[in-house]
Amino acid sequence: MTSPSDQKIPLWRDERFWRILLQALAVVGVIIAILIFAGNLSRNMQQRGIQFGFAFLRNPAGFSIGETLFPFLPNEPYFKALLAGILNTIRVLLVGIVLTTILGSAAGIASFSENWLLRQISRVYVEIVRNTPLLLQLFFWYFAVFFGLPAPQNQLEWFGSMYLSKAGVSIPWPQNTPYLWMWLAVLLVGAIAALFVWRQRVKLMVEQGASGRSQLTTLIAMGVIALLIVLFGLGWQIPESTAPGLVQGGLRLTLEFSALLAGLVFYTGGFIAEIVRAGIQSVSKGQWEAARSLGLQSGLVMRLVVFPQALRVILPALNSQYQNLAKNSSLGFAIAYPEVYSVANTTYNQTGRPVEVFLLLMAAFLLINLVITIVMNQLNRSVQLKER
Amino acid sequence: MTTTTPTSSAPPDIVQLGPIAWLHKNLFSSWSNSILTIVIVALLLNFLRGFVVWVTTTAQWEVIPLNLPRFMVGLYPANQYWRIWIAFGIITALAGLSWGVLARQTAKLFSLPVLIGIGASCVFMALVPVPPLYRLMLLAGVALVVAGAWVGRQAGRKLPALGRWVSLAWFVSFFVVLWLIGGGLFLRNVSSNDWGGLMLTLIAAIVSIVLCFPAGVVLALGRQSSLPVVRWFSVLYIELIRGIPLIAILFMGQVMLPLFLSPGARVDRILRAIVGLTLFSAAYLAENVRGGLQAIPRGQTEAANALGLNTPLTVGLVVLPQALKISIPAIVGQFISLFQDTTLLAVVGLVELLGISRSILANPQFLGRYAEVYLFIGIIYWVFCYTMSIASRRLERQLNAGQR
Repeated sequence: MTSPSDQKIPLWRDERFWRILLQALAVVGVIIAILIFAGNLSRNMQQRGIQFGFAFLRNPAGFSIGETLFPFLPNEPYFKALLAGILNTIRVLLVGIVLTTILGSAAGIASFSENWLLRQISRVYVEIVRNTPLLLQLFFWYFAVFFGLPAPQNQLEWFGSMYLSKAGVSIPWPQNTPYLWMWLAVLLVGAIAALFVWRQRVKLMVEQGASGRSQLTTLIAMGVIALLIVLFGLGWQIPESTAPGLVQGGLRLTLEFSALLAGLVFYTGGFIAEIVRAGIQSVSKGQWEAARSLGLQSGLVMRLVVFPQALRVILPALNSQYQNLAKNSSLGFAIAYPEVYSVANTTYNQTGRPVEVFLLLMAAFLLINLVITIVMNQLNRSVQLKER
Repeated sequence: MTTTTPTSSAPPDIVQLGPIAWLHKNLFSSWSNSILTIVIVALLLNFLRGFVVWVTTTAQWEVIPLNLPRFMVGLYPANQYWRIWIAFGIITALAGLSWGVLARQTAKLFSLPVLIGIGASCVFMALVPVPPLYRLMLLAGVALVVAGAWVGRQAGRKLPALGRWVSLAWFVSFFVVLWLIGGGLFLRNVSSNDWGGLMLTLIAAIVSIVLCFPAGVVLALGRQSSLPVVRWFSVLYIELIRGIPLIAILFMGQVMLPLFLSPGARVDRILRAIVGLTLFSAAYLAENVRGGLQAIPRGQTEAANALGLNTPLTVGLVVLPQALKISIPAIVGQFISLFQDTTLLAVVGLVELLGISRSILANPQFLGRYAEVYLFIGIIYWVFCYTMSIASRRLERQLNAGQR
């Protein structure tokens, strides 16, 4: 392909030459760096008498974990300990994502409220939470709030169904019986059916201008039934104080879990509030006005016109906030919640294998973030602009 | 990031609302709104009453004044405090000077709000619960800012090129301050194990910010590069770092960095932490800058090429300045979170502001004073972060002034 005129260009002015040279230099530089580091690493590890490998995972761990989702004994192997840590991370992550989304959306929408006080509260909340470090907030929740709770003898009682004391937070929780799972399955089927009825209603309203009243009654009836099932079918067990300082039944959350959850939810909620606000603001005023001029009520304008468009801006940003939540949950280490980083740290201290432990930790977090991304991308696809 | 109502694009209200009309519009426009207002006011009053009672009776604030020097500089030897005061003086004087030079075009330097601000900070400095000598020093700091601003304005009008010298002065002062704090060269050495408190927080944050900025820009350019190998390496680095929590990277810095270096080499603990912070922030910063790079239309590059600029010149003179300008809010946001992330150094055993608070709280004399101490340092962090975000908004507005 070289024409005679190309030949005359000196080598140092030829862009193709530079492109190849630069890339070759980059490859050589990275390889040299890796070789130096790997050489040092193997020399250092030889000096300490450690051989690289993951066989240690089968050795007994020898430490106990404060709270686990499955029974864990100190003589069980390391990989089970790490698994327990991962499950603890996922537990705080799942609950945290649900709660922080609710809190963040509420705060974001509140910043558009007609009520001046509500707007100011939303703003103050966001400015406080975003401008102080998360770790400090976690310490505040753990040491100042949850450790400031009274001793079990004079525990706080909320609405006769929640007990708070230094021993933990007891909340109502369904009993684990076959009935519970049956009713949960019924609820799931009902939710899917409701989704179909909803879609049908919107379609009829949009295409045929129907009032959608009959479907609305169906939906309301389904909602009432679902509420009844949730209230009475799930077999809620309400914690009871049988003796002073003794609470039985329900679910007992440890102070560490409660503090980590509260800190993460309030912190991430501040960021989500800003994302929701920016998303709603990004929908141009013309959309509101056009929808209004078509005769839609303001609730419908929000639901059918503004919110679906705002969602396109909100969802990708939410993805990274959820990933941040997952990564920030590792700060539970600082307040003694046994999540995966804390278990990994103990494992390293006992085995003296930083490289292997770090690789496992990295794999765990990459996996968690990958799952979040895949789920969010699926959601995102359903709201993206469908161009023709 | 600014909180504005969605009606910002609407024409301004000409009608001035009276207080009654304002109340009606904002708090009692409908019955549901009125109920909401009453509920919120009741809750707020309840909360405020509880808070005021706590602050004035239950809380024991003596933990703050008794430990104020430790909050500021940690375990720094008390007979060497004068060095920190000199560093403080250099920084305040330079800050004043830069302010004066930047504001040389404004009609009036000491306008009413600025004067009120200066007066308020004087009162505040005079009331800080420290020995009188220190209060005098703090007041001198305010005086230096004011004097520096006046000098900078006068000199800036005569010598327009002064701005460049001020940047150079900042650069030099950075090393002078480090020398003053660390010692060596005529000064007694103060081991970095004795650095702590707010001073260490600021050192770690500033050094990491200065180091991670060029690294982030290079990574962003690498990710956008047309050279596949460079692009892959950048993507690999950015995505791997962004996938793991900072605490794991700091842990790697403390534990694994010595493993990767040749057996005899020893790296200072603070330096290891700074390396971790820098490696972490560079990846995030790269993504912010990439956002800016992607927003630059292709035509800019093509026009620069048509003018005969080669790739480095095109990037350096045409693309990067515009891209950085666009990404200022995101970059400052990243700096703010980097500043907040320095708290994680407490977890790896350094005594920066949060770490020193924990060691003060471990003292049996101050057992259980968590709320007071955490509230106090929370306010310090808040003031720094909020100032940064306001400064970023102003910078953004100034840079956009020509375009809107």
